[in-house]
Amino acid sequence: MTARLSLDGVTKRFGTTEAVRNVSLTLHDGEFMALLGASGCGKSTTLRLLAGLEAPSAGRVLLNGRDVTRDSAAARNIALMFQSYALYPHLTVFQNIALPLRMRGLSAVQRLPGTALVSPVVRKRQAQIKAQVSQVAEMLRLGDLLARKPGQLSGGQQQRVALARALVREPSAFLLDEPLSNLDTQLRADTRDEIRALHRRTGYPFLLVTHDQSDALSMADRIAVMIAGEIVQVGSPKEIFHRPQSIAVAEFIGHHRINLLPPGPAGRLHPAGTRLWIGIRPEDLRLSPEGALAATVESRAFHGEETILKLRDDAGTALRIVLRGGETLPNPGDTVRLAANPAALHGFGADGRREDIPA
Amino acid sequence: MRLGAVISLGLIALGAVMVLLPFVWLVSVSLKPHAEIFTTEVALLPTRPTLANYWTALTETDIPRYLLNGAIVTGSILVLQLAVTVPAAYAMAHRRFPGRRLMFGAVVAALLVPFHVTAIPIFLGFAQLRLLDTYAALILPFMASAFGLFLLRQAFSQIPAELIDAARVDGMSEMGIAWRIAFPLGMPTVIAFAIFSVTAHWNDLFWPLIATTDPGLATPPRGILFFRDQESGDDVGPLMAGATLITVPLILGFLLAQKRFTQGLANTGLKK
Amino acid sequence: MRNRALTDLVLAGPAALVVILFIFLPVAVVFVLAFTDYQVGARSANWIGIENFATLFGSRQGRNALLNTVVYAGIVIPASVGLGLLVAMGLHRLTDILPRLSAVLRTVYFLPVAATLVAMAVSWQMLLHPSLGLINTWMSVLGLAPQQWLSDRGLVLYTLAAIGIWQSVGYNMVLFLAGLATIPTALYDAAAVDGADRGWSRFWTVTWPMLGPTTLFVVIVTAVNAFRVFETVATMTKGGPAFASDTIVYALYREGFVYFKAGYASAITVVFFLALLLLTALQIMLVERRVHYR
Repeated sequence: MTARLSLDGVTKRFGTTEAVRNVSLTLHDGEFMALLGASGCGKSTTLRLLAGLEAPSAGRVLLNGRDVTRDSAAARNIALMFQSYALYPHLTVFQNIALPLRMRGLSAVQRLPGTALVSPVVRKRQAQIKAQVSQVAEMLRLGDLLARKPGQLSGGQQQRVALARALVREPSAFLLDEPLSNLDTQLRADTRDEIRALHRRTGYPFLLVTHDQSDALSMADRIAVMIAGEIVQVGSPKEIFHRPQSIAVAEFIGHHRINLLPPGPAGRLHPAGTRLWIGIRPEDLRLSPEGALAATVESRAFHGEETILKLRDDAGTALRIVLRGGETLPNPGDTVRLAANPAALHGFGADGRREDIPA
Repeated sequence: MRLGAVISLGLIALGAVMVLLPFVWLVSVSLKPHAEIFTTEVALLPTRPTLANYWTALTETDIPRYLLNGAIVTGSILVLQLAVTVPAAYAMAHRRFPGRRLMFGAVVAALLVPFHVTAIPIFLGFAQLRLLDTYAALILPFMASAFGLFLLRQAFSQIPAELIDAARVDGMSEMGIAWRIAFPLGMPTVIAFAIFSVTAHWNDLFWPLIATTDPGLATPPRGILFFRDQESGDDVGPLMAGATLITVPLILGFLLAQKRFTQGLANTGLKK
Repeated sequence: MRNRALTDLVLAGPAALVVILFIFLPVAVVFVLAFTDYQVGARSANWIGIENFATLFGSRQGRNALLNTVVYAGIVIPASVGLGLLVAMGLHRLTDILPRLSAVLRTVYFLPVAATLVAMAVSWQMLLHPSLGLINTWMSVLGLAPQQWLSDRGLVLYTLAAIGIWQSVGYNMVLFLAGLATIPTALYDAAAVDGADRGWSRFWTVTWPMLGPTTLFVVIVTAVNAFRVFETVATMTKGGPAFASDTIVYALYREGFVYFKAGYASAITVVFFLALLLLTALQIMLVERRVHYR
């Protein structure tokens, strides 16, 4: 795989605060990558640095191996879909989609109204633009909406217009800023599939910026996790989920927050626990009379397909366990024993970094 | 881009200097001694500034009287406007009475009528009633403020109906709700309207020019013209001092409460 | 039930009464008077049909006042709207770099709006004084011929228009600044990505269309205020010299309250009022057409 777009040791400061710190990140040809982080972690700034809407304080931006750090957003030809869609409210759907082509293909003079009447060159170019817009509109099922204005469209339709406007000029990369955050649950699922399909069909490298881990895990080939302005781990969704490289990533990923046992007490789960932190996801713990860990049930919450128990072990560590299925459930106040599959244990050193432990 | 920013800043600063010119000139001439005004070597700033012109304007002319008249007239107009407008705006916003929509429609229609249009009939009516050349003539026509009704009605509509109902349950009278609930809650709008009203009527020349001939009743702009027309052009210093004095109250108010002032005049500019 | 009606009457009655008495009734009376030859103080009046209007549109003096007003508005509207927009865009950009300076400049530009126009007109009159004024002094320093700014028949209207622009730029600037503040920054980002990233293309792609509603409002307000020009005329020229700066509201004042020709002045009032209504109708029509903007 060849690198399409990358950040090389990029730092961005606003005043004295560092929004992005020494970030290196590469988006390869044809891949679908997700940049995942909590809000305010610097992922939107990273996106703007890639797109050329911000200039880095230090470091370089490379496009196809060429340094484009000082190039404008338009010169990079990177498509960007905004969270708010940022459609031009005064232009029709057709005009919205055509705008990037017009800015690129026609000079300021040629863009003046009426030039098509005079110049055959402009006429020809406009016909090409029309064909390109129609093609993209067809692909995104916008054919019937071309004469409408954004204010007359539903949220999902507006999003497809935003996608069309981004894709129409055959970008070198396609960046999507929280594309699903303005949609309701049903539409979200459909749109995930649609964006995946769009990626397969167009073959452009996609970078999805999101705070929602299920979006990232379900859509991306690779995920870059960003915490407090730094990229802390890059890997496939499975790697991120099953082999978090630090406590921070382990705590960030997962539907239920991971249980962490401090060195010492953790030794009951695994010999390495005498010197390492041991992490175990609530889904990977189970009730077992032979379990190594004793804990008292503090509360019990029924969530339909699963039940969550909050417990405290005899060393005072708060634990959580997710039960699916028909076990007889203990009551608050009961003391139970817990067991874990050794393969599901994560070991972390005192610095928070992963240390592999034998299963 | 940098260069463009510098150039545009330069042009804007130059424009600001031109905007300030008459203000600087007004104050400058008012501080110049007589000999510096009547000379062919005109200078922007006085070389020997003096307050003598202000002393003359305050002691030997009717300027203090004009300022007092201005305060009386604008103050009375505002009080009457609010007295009439607040209860009606409350009723239009929170009560269902027959003709409510008609009344609001009429208010919007009345917004379209500049005062100049009504001046002749009001003048004729006041002449019949022998009201011309009185404070009443300067004040009464402005009791009817379509603009105030519109603005306050919109502001009072923002107050939740539940709050009004709560006050009713607590035993407040409707007039009490208008003044003790709606009025304080609509205060930002009331202030914006008050600023607009006071500015408009302090600065008005048209109606005082028509309704009064007695210099004793002159509002500041009318007064300054009396002053100028009486003097033979020899008293420029005191005239400029007087003009400065009548402008100072509003400018001071503007500088002290700039944000409110700008909002008051900007959101309300359509109507005079 | 009667109690409720009484409450409504107490609350809304006074306002309804004064609005009828001081607004609707006078408007009706003006429309009637406009077709009579009524003189202030006269015991009776005669119906003379459209003669007052014929005089206004037919006489040189009447046409002159109308034309002067149109010329005045024709200068003031584009200049003060255009300058207001330029200043607003400059200050809007400056706010990010030098917020203090930007705020000071904004204050300065707004000063004429808050100031007493008559007092400022007195100052302008001194500035423009043929021999004692600063403007002519500076003109001769620059090697230009001094002008009779307010007593030259060919110049006076333009002088008044310049003062009209001076007075209204700050107001328009404030409205444009408010409009600029509501443009979402994402739209500028989108334009940058799409290739409209600087200067004119950025302005035409985002700023100008997004300011459309603001601009319409500013133009109408400026137009209404320009058609109403009175204070500067009354203070500085009294419509002279030889009616060279006569305007419609000043003519209304002169005919009605100096010559006491109430009927004729009412006709002028009616024309003035209808012109303003036409402007408002135009505004409503344009707003309707842009309704799906939001």
